[in-house]
Amino acid sequence: MMRMLRTGWFVGLLLALLASTAAFAQKATDPAPLQFTSTAEEKRFHALVAELRCVMCQNQSLADSNAQIAVDLRREVLELMREGRSDQEVRDFLVARYGEFVLYRPQVEAKTWLLWFGPLLFALLGGVVVWRLLRRNAGAAPPPADDSQEW
Amino acid sequence: MTAKRWLPFVAFLLIAALMAAGVWMSRRSDRDALPSPLINKPAPEFALPVLHEPGRIVTSKELRGQPYLLNVWGSWCPECVTEHPVITRFAETKRVRVIGYNWKDERADALAWLERFNNPYWLVLTDEEGEVAIDFGIYGAPETFLVDGRASCAGSTSAR
Repeated sequence: MMRMLRTGWFVGLLLALLASTAAFAQKATDPAPLQFTSTAEEKRFHALVAELRCVMCQNQSLADSNAQIAVDLRREVLELMREGRSDQEVRDFLVARYGEFVLYRPQVEAKTWLLWFGPLLFALLGGVVVWRLLRRNAGAAPPPADDSQEW
Repeated sequence: MTAKRWLPFVAFLLIAALMAAGVWMSRRSDRDALPSPLINKPAPEFALPVLHEPGRIVTSKELRGQPYLLNVWGSWCPECVTEHPVITRFAETKRVRVIGYNWKDERADALAWLERFNNPYWLVLTDEEGEVAIDFGIYGAPETFLVDGRASCAGSTSAR
């Protein structure tokens, strides 16, 4: 009896969890896995979806996400590949519909220069600061030992 | 020497200001919404079945000439219930045709939903597979597009 009650409670909890996931504005259905015709196709597909961002979950790639829209978009990507479109054409297809947000690797253009070359800029700046500090200290004597300092 | 002592404090203030700016810039509740790249571009062409008349297909060409509002919804979408009164009130003004876009839904569920929450739509199109939805860049519901008379997307909003 006790055992049955506990199973019932567990099933109830499971149902509650399922219900809470279904509350998102995404239809939840069990997706049929994609079928690949060759390993080359599979490899190309995985490389491509890994660098596309899922539009719903936003911090997962299209490859990682289980959101319904990610399932749909993965199917669409495979269909486009089979139509003979290049990787760049598939990317352009998604950018035209969902915006540049879907690209994990944004195009190099005027408005993304800071994004692409910003780190280099900061590294250069840091290099200049270090170089100047070193030059200033090169001439000076080593600092006298501070006896009052307690370690 | 004093200048050096203040340096960590100044650095701390700079970092704190940067973080405060980050928090301030993300205060919008719709910060996760992606602006549609379709704005001011031609709306996607489509041919979709009508919910209430199985077998009848309506194409985007037939809808041209006058603007319309395309409201994406599904019976599985809880936020659509919240949004529905707003859409209903706007549809009742009869200023613009309000077309429902039933996305990835079962016909019976969709009809029951409209029965329950009322049907303000001039026409309800269905996209069970979500194929056309990809052309519109739809990734969640509810989302609404305003398509002008020349079939350009004049605006879009998501109430997620």
